[in-house]
Amino acid sequence: MSILGTRVVRIEDPRLLTAGGTYVDDLRVPQLTGAARVTFVRSHHGHALIKGVDASAALAAPGVIAVLTYQDINDIPPPPPPPEGGPPPGSEAAPLPMGGVWQEPLLAVDRVRFVGEPVAMVLTDDSYQGEDAAELVSVDYEPLPAIVEPADALAGQTLLFPDAGSNVVVAHPAGDGAFDGCDVVVGRDIVNQRVAPVPMEGRAAAAMWVDGRLTVWVSTQNAQISRFVMAGAFGVDPDAIRVVAPDVGGGFGAKVAIDRDAILVAWAARHTGRALRWVETRSENLVGMTHGRAQQHSIKIGGTRDGRVLAYRLDVVQDTGAYPRMSGFLPTLTNLMAVGPYDIAHVEVGYRVVVTNTTPIAAYRGAGRPEATAAIERAMDLFARAIGMDPAEVRRRNLVPSDRFPYQTPCGAHYDSGDYVGALDKVLAGSGYAGLRAEQARRRERGDAVQLGIGVASYVEITAADADNGETARVVINGDGTATVYTGSSPHGQGHYTAWSMLVQSDLGIPMDKVTVLHGDTDQIPLATGTYASRSLQLGGVAVHKADLEVKEQARRLAADMMEASEADLELDIDRGRWHVRGDPGSARTWAEVASHAGREGLAAAVHFTEAQPTFPFGSHVAVAEVDTETGKVTLVRHVTVDDAGIVVNPVLTEGQRHGGIAQGAAQALLEEMVYDADGNPLTGTLADYAAITATELPSFELLESETPTPINPLGVKGIGEAGTIGATPAVQNAVIDAVSHLGVRHIDMPTTPARVWAAIKEARNSQ
Amino acid sequence: MIPAPFTYQRAGSVDEALSLAAQGGEDAKFLAGGHSLLPLMKLRLAVPEVLVDIGRLSELSYVREDNGHIAVGALTTHHDLANSSLLGGELPLLAHAAGQVGDPQIRHRGTIGGSLVHSDPAGDLPAVILVLDATLVARGPSGSREIPAGEFFEGLFETALAPGELLTEIRIPRPAQAGWSFQKFTKRAIDWAIVGAAVQGDQVALVHMGSTPLRASAVEQALAGGAAPAEAAARAADGTSPPEDINADREYREHLARVLVARGLAEARSRA
Amino acid sequence: MTVNGKTVDAEVPDRTLLVHLLRDVVGLTATNVGCDTTSCGACTVLLDGQSVKSCTVLAAQADGHQVTTVEGLANGDGEMHPVQRAFHAEHGLQCGFCTPGMVMAAVSLLAENPRPTEEQVRTGLEGNLCRCTGYHNIVRAVLAAAEGGDSQ
Repeated sequence: MSILGTRVVRIEDPRLLTAGGTYVDDLRVPQLTGAARVTFVRSHHGHALIKGVDASAALAAPGVIAVLTYQDINDIPPPPPPPEGGPPPGSEAAPLPMGGVWQEPLLAVDRVRFVGEPVAMVLTDDSYQGEDAAELVSVDYEPLPAIVEPADALAGQTLLFPDAGSNVVVAHPAGDGAFDGCDVVVGRDIVNQRVAPVPMEGRAAAAMWVDGRLTVWVSTQNAQISRFVMAGAFGVDPDAIRVVAPDVGGGFGAKVAIDRDAILVAWAARHTGRALRWVETRSENLVGMTHGRAQQHSIKIGGTRDGRVLAYRLDVVQDTGAYPRMSGFLPTLTNLMAVGPYDIAHVEVGYRVVVTNTTPIAAYRGAGRPEATAAIERAMDLFARAIGMDPAEVRRRNLVPSDRFPYQTPCGAHYDSGDYVGALDKVLAGSGYAGLRAEQARRRERGDAVQLGIGVASYVEITAADADNGETARVVINGDGTATVYTGSSPHGQGHYTAWSMLVQSDLGIPMDKVTVLHGDTDQIPLATGTYASRSLQLGGVAVHKADLEVKEQARRLAADMMEASEADLELDIDRGRWHVRGDPGSARTWAEVASHAGREGLAAAVHFTEAQPTFPFGSHVAVAEVDTETGKVTLVRHVTVDDAGIVVNPVLTEGQRHGGIAQGAAQALLEEMVYDADGNPLTGTLADYAAITATELPSFELLESETPTPINPLGVKGIGEAGTIGATPAVQNAVIDAVSHLGVRHIDMPTTPARVWAAIKEARNSQ
Repeated sequence: MIPAPFTYQRAGSVDEALSLAAQGGEDAKFLAGGHSLLPLMKLRLAVPEVLVDIGRLSELSYVREDNGHIAVGALTTHHDLANSSLLGGELPLLAHAAGQVGDPQIRHRGTIGGSLVHSDPAGDLPAVILVLDATLVARGPSGSREIPAGEFFEGLFETALAPGELLTEIRIPRPAQAGWSFQKFTKRAIDWAIVGAAVQGDQVALVHMGSTPLRASAVEQALAGGAAPAEAAARAADGTSPPEDINADREYREHLARVLVARGLAEARSRA
Repeated sequence: MTVNGKTVDAEVPDRTLLVHLLRDVVGLTATNVGCDTTSCGACTVLLDGQSVKSCTVLAAQADGHQVTTVEGLANGDGEMHPVQRAFHAEHGLQCGFCTPGMVMAAVSLLAENPRPTEEQVRTGLEGNLCRCTGYHNIVRAVLAAAEGGDSQ
């Protein structure tokens, strides 16, 4: 009976629960003894010229070791020009010190383009002194007009990069779309608002150069990629750099590779010869860590009166913030997934990327796909309303049927496997959809102040979008029969240690408590891609599985040799972890004995596993919301989901990912938004103002099971990490709008705060 | 994240606290639970040079009957207020409101005195004290004085306390009418009120409808004149000057005030 | 003061926050700093048995009192406290950064309300942010610890 698919609690937990994790700020390694602290001086203007920086008062403050500006960065190569045509398609572009007309300096040179842009670094003995001294650095700013709205960026009256001649970084605008032949056409401009990732641990890095070799401890989702980024930035051989990801307190895509400010910490460590540590404050994090989403959508949907969608158009304006770190990568993914799980004949997509005087945008849980799903799910509801059909029914009539897989979409995606109608039917049954509609009808009839809204969302999402980067694994059976797994995956909460141990136990019969999983240290694992894009299980886990199988075959040969039998007669008893000759259990050899027989080469296998293509998990969500129509207050009362990511290795871990995803998805729909004033000042720059969702705003979730395997990898697994977020946001938004649709409301932009909901109700009532 | 440097002094008695504060002058502030002051200091929005810690003056933490009214020591924590059976019986409005301040951790440290002296217009307890016609007792270098709640809150983060004066007690008369309601409207449960209404009988005070807590006088007058609660509640925004922020504009706050007062009056009557 | 039952004597600058005393002077790094506006609760410890946000308590204010951190919950034999056991059993943690504060908030919650409803658990944890779990399993963990009956 395989352990795969069973509920296994995490091996990681006892340490985390009793001693706490070891995050960058907790490291007490000898190399960091006496490490100085780095405090950044950051711009408090959205757009300004820098006339001068006066560090004299700071330099005189207690404990100050150095104050560094761009002028001190004279010992690293200039940034390379940006690649022709932007970052390679399918790669999560890491923030690089890029050259060219959109160049982002490591430390501001003659101007700043967003509140939070780093201008100087103060090095002190301790962090208290750092905060004091940073206040004393005097920067002479000459404010410039700021651009915050994408419309203003497009108008181009103020240019963030005068040499570029425009605020538009990349443009592939959508054509008109083919809506002839549609009985009904509905269009709308909607917003997928800017949000902040808010991992509980912000950005942090520590660095030490010894004899020309750099060690960096950094809160990252991929140490190995970080190492190559820094090798390029410093112009040194990668062998001269060791990157260690200790425990990482959440990433959500915003800690992919190494942050520019962390590169500065490593640079400053070499420049001053001191070990350094930098741990950002939350206020810093809210403006200094990249934000997510920030797309404006022009959506148009058309079809027949009996519910068949014939055409869909999505035109995206991506606000990329002050520097186009990811170029067109995010809206490219949005366009790729624009049609969602639907069979629509004519789809027209396009995008433009503009810069604004705000924090740069990068990946955040879903990275372009939540935006695509939110757009088409709003479009489906608008279409349903226009033809007077139930929104679930409209979806059913347009979902790609189960017998059409693999399915090539007009947007260029190749969906591997799916049962979209099955997922929809399951969630409707599981939520008691008919009963909910009946309750809604009763409340409408009575004219209750508190109305009920039911939101439906069907989605498909792309995981391991960079399947061809693959992942590495090395499995070693030690002489004592224990196993060590070197994985390229890089956990920051997902539970890889437990899952990979389960794989080893399932494949080789070595018990989980005899398996050690190592990750995140480039000295131990020099080549890897890392954890993002929901790729770990299908690439990293499968790599472990394949390495297990190779080890198993090597072991078979060794055992056969030991027992002087033929390989074909050797059997591995997985339950007991013993090799024996078939029909002769008494001949059993332990893994320890077999490994010891391997001699100096040892018993090990290394695999770099790539998939032929990404995989496409899918699902349907039903959200139930109550809206107090007198105040606009929204309460999410139920959230029911089907999230099908193929075979489930450990339901405990999968559920955890779904819960976390749903919460962040609901948070975007209900509460969270990074807001700027017209001068580019953030109005939500602390956690007192940025409405991160808490336990009181969420119900317990109802998760339904569905496993539709993929043929793309031998475990049949897809990625679950972002799926919950992708399905939840539109379900919740649709529920809120549905609650007041009988009053004439057709749309409410996210977040559906009480003020927004009330304004929508008021406007609808006034226009009737 | 870290306060600017300051000198910490600990008072062993009220007299010592007053004396230390007098020595510190303009640059000294009292530190009680610290959950209004320290957050400001950590953002360096307040930079007192001297903190006089009065947190150990346990003689200022009490809830008791005294001469026909309820006396609450200024250093009583929100947690203790919320769990006081005396308050629960006599002044459930105050007990309930105290239980809504912030979160459990904040309520374990924050004090009623600290909240009142901080005088944040979005705070809950100032409006409650106002609607209950409380009297605030302050001690200064020249002795004790009593300040009616209606005169205590002077402006945005400003009270009638003179520099170096310490709030020691809040005296609350037994309410004439038993019905009460506390309507706190927030985006998230942990947030400050966007708008709030504290109701005791036919008396109503508003949270976050001006730079100080405000009695909804027009509502009270309408009720006194025989208006039905729903009718009276329509006057809730009269005489208010609500702020505009990312959570609400003026119009929305005025609307919320009317709705919350209507609900508050209805709930108070159901409890009468 | 005593920290997890052991006496601690230290001389620190007046403005030292309790959380930094614990992390940098006493060397107990499980308690984390997650924000700068007393919002997130990652720094939650017990002060005389009551949950407090140690980023908003001066070390000097805790002088003479008893502080308990998550490192002090397990018993002398290393056996986890019922709340820790419940978090483990219910998968109430993922990255672990909010966990020490969340556990201490839960311990205090159950000390004051040994049999909370789900709603009371959610409200009781309103001062603690988690970004990974969506709170679902944290709530289950606290309810499980409560049912266990030995949540003291």
